[in-house]
Amino acid sequence: MIFADDNAKKLVPYVTGGVTEDWADCLRAYRDNGADAIEIGLPFSDPMLDGPTIQEASDRALARGTTVDGILAEVRALRAEVPLIVMTYANLALRPGFAGRLAEAGISGLIVPDAPLDEVAPIRDAANAAGLDLIPLVAPSTRPDRLRDIAAGAQGFVYAVSVLGTTGERDRLDAAAGPLATAVRTLTALPVLIGFGVSAPEHAAAAVRDADGVVVASALMRRLLDGASPAELGTQIARFREAI
Amino acid sequence: MGVMSEPAERGRFGEFGGRFVPESLIPACQEVEAAFRDAWADDRFRAELDELLTVYAGRPTPVTPARRLSAELGLTLLLKREDLAHTGSHKINNVLGQALLARRMGKRRLLAETGAGQHGVAAATAAALLGLECVVFMGERDIERQAPNVRRMRMLGATVVPVGSGSRTLKDATNEAMRRWVADTAEAYYCIGSVMGPHPYPWMVREFQRVIGEEARGQVDRVPDVVVACVGGGSNAAGTFAGFADTGARLVGVEAAGGAAMTGGSPGVLHGHRSMVLQDAHGQIAEASSVAAGLDYPGIGPEHAHLGATGRATYATAGDDEVIEAVHRLARTEGIIPALESAHALAWIVRNASDLAGLTVLMTLSGRGDKDMEMFQ
Repeated sequence: MIFADDNAKKLVPYVTGGVTEDWADCLRAYRDNGADAIEIGLPFSDPMLDGPTIQEASDRALARGTTVDGILAEVRALRAEVPLIVMTYANLALRPGFAGRLAEAGISGLIVPDAPLDEVAPIRDAANAAGLDLIPLVAPSTRPDRLRDIAAGAQGFVYAVSVLGTTGERDRLDAAAGPLATAVRTLTALPVLIGFGVSAPEHAAAAVRDADGVVVASALMRRLLDGASPAELGTQIARFREAI
Repeated sequence: MGVMSEPAERGRFGEFGGRFVPESLIPACQEVEAAFRDAWADDRFRAELDELLTVYAGRPTPVTPARRLSAELGLTLLLKREDLAHTGSHKINNVLGQALLARRMGKRRLLAETGAGQHGVAAATAAALLGLECVVFMGERDIERQAPNVRRMRMLGATVVPVGSGSRTLKDATNEAMRRWVADTAEAYYCIGSVMGPHPYPWMVREFQRVIGEEARGQVDRVPDVVVACVGGGSNAAGTFAGFADTGARLVGVEAAGGAAMTGGSPGVLHGHRSMVLQDAHGQIAEASSVAAGLDYPGIGPEHAHLGATGRATYATAGDDEVIEAVHRLARTEGIIPALESAHALAWIVRNASDLAGLTVLMTLSGRGDKDMEMFQ
């Protein structure tokens, strides 16, 4: 279980592991400003579902020589005091011992965007054996029968991708987000969080009318890439917190 | 599962294949699979494709005995001449099939990735022929290396989108095409250029390229001892092997030494399927490097990984220098300038000529070398 069993709206900010020297300070800043959980991206060279901002963050992290082990070592040292979730791609997640290493570092959940329902079994088995929740994604294009199957096997929460597209900032929350979250909420007791394109506090406020919370990623990473400090990102998170 | 028949459940060739794509692309993949199954069982679709292959693409392509080079090497070398197909390579076979399928599915736009530009040119050509839009993603480095093909694509009405991420080659162009597809599944059809990607692409592309092997089988007096083809993703090799998989012929795929996923890689997931890939100790995909833009790719189609694992086919490599030498050798002995990609197969034959003495070797000459002329200046 990643979240407390209450009706409070959940806020999950994202940071790409290793993107800057002081990236781990983002975790503290997020925690101190009201994050309910934090999503850490483990950079992969060929990210299929990421738009330009997260790609740039991943490229920058890899160019700095960032490795999964290095990120996990920093996480382990941190004692984050909020649930931590890792997002990464199947080629990393399928490596032997991967889930166990996450668990040792104190991670409680895993998101693998290119391991859909049909391919997910080995990753889910390994994650569960290590005590991790495997959080599934659903999309506006997911058909009802499949939505039911995904919701039935969900753990932690359900990540509702608001758009047909890659990660990235957008001018407004896509109209597909609300109906998708509403549909999933009828299928599971787990929280349903909306992500992709939650770029401003008002988007988050709109999203939580239908959903249990939001994931905020590109809007934060854009500022970090443009030079914002972890403390400034923390201030941004406080605004999101206030909005929902 | 028989050798080179339909893949098993969930698009598996043994432990390889599958459909490793974001949830948002699953319905698009399912739609392509359903449409392909329906079309491939429809005699009218097959007849329309056959007609285009004949009256437009110039099939059947001949099998040419390479007499002078055969005498020099001490073996019988037969060349399956895909370089004589319209647009200059085997790529047109697959693209005509997929473009017809896209039109049948009511899509308006083809998305394609390209390395050497041959698949991009073929996609732009088929799109023009069928009245579809075409957007081709191409690494910035490949745009520099393959300028004539970029001009060709633009002349055919395609939009060429430069990709500046990563190694700025085919791998990154493929990522970008997939990301665009995620956002555009309603109107766009992703026309993958090789036997890779999520199910059903590896299977479907092999079926569209099967024409190479089946034609060749009917054009030779007896089954060759050895069948050789170059391998990047591996579509010309898969199509060729499909015609001979049920025979005793030895099947050999030749990769670029700097992009040898079979001989230098390990199992991994890239571009929607599980196969052999070049990766570092941490699981990051490695950058391939080859003089041939079309083979500058760190993965290989999943069916090749399966054929390799089961021993039905073997895979070898050729290095840049011997490949360039092979291009010159074929030009001077037979009056044929092969694409750098195809010359990998020839370089392997030349290097192994003494072991192949007296044997009949069929090699697929997958494309012509016009696009590579600047490499030889």
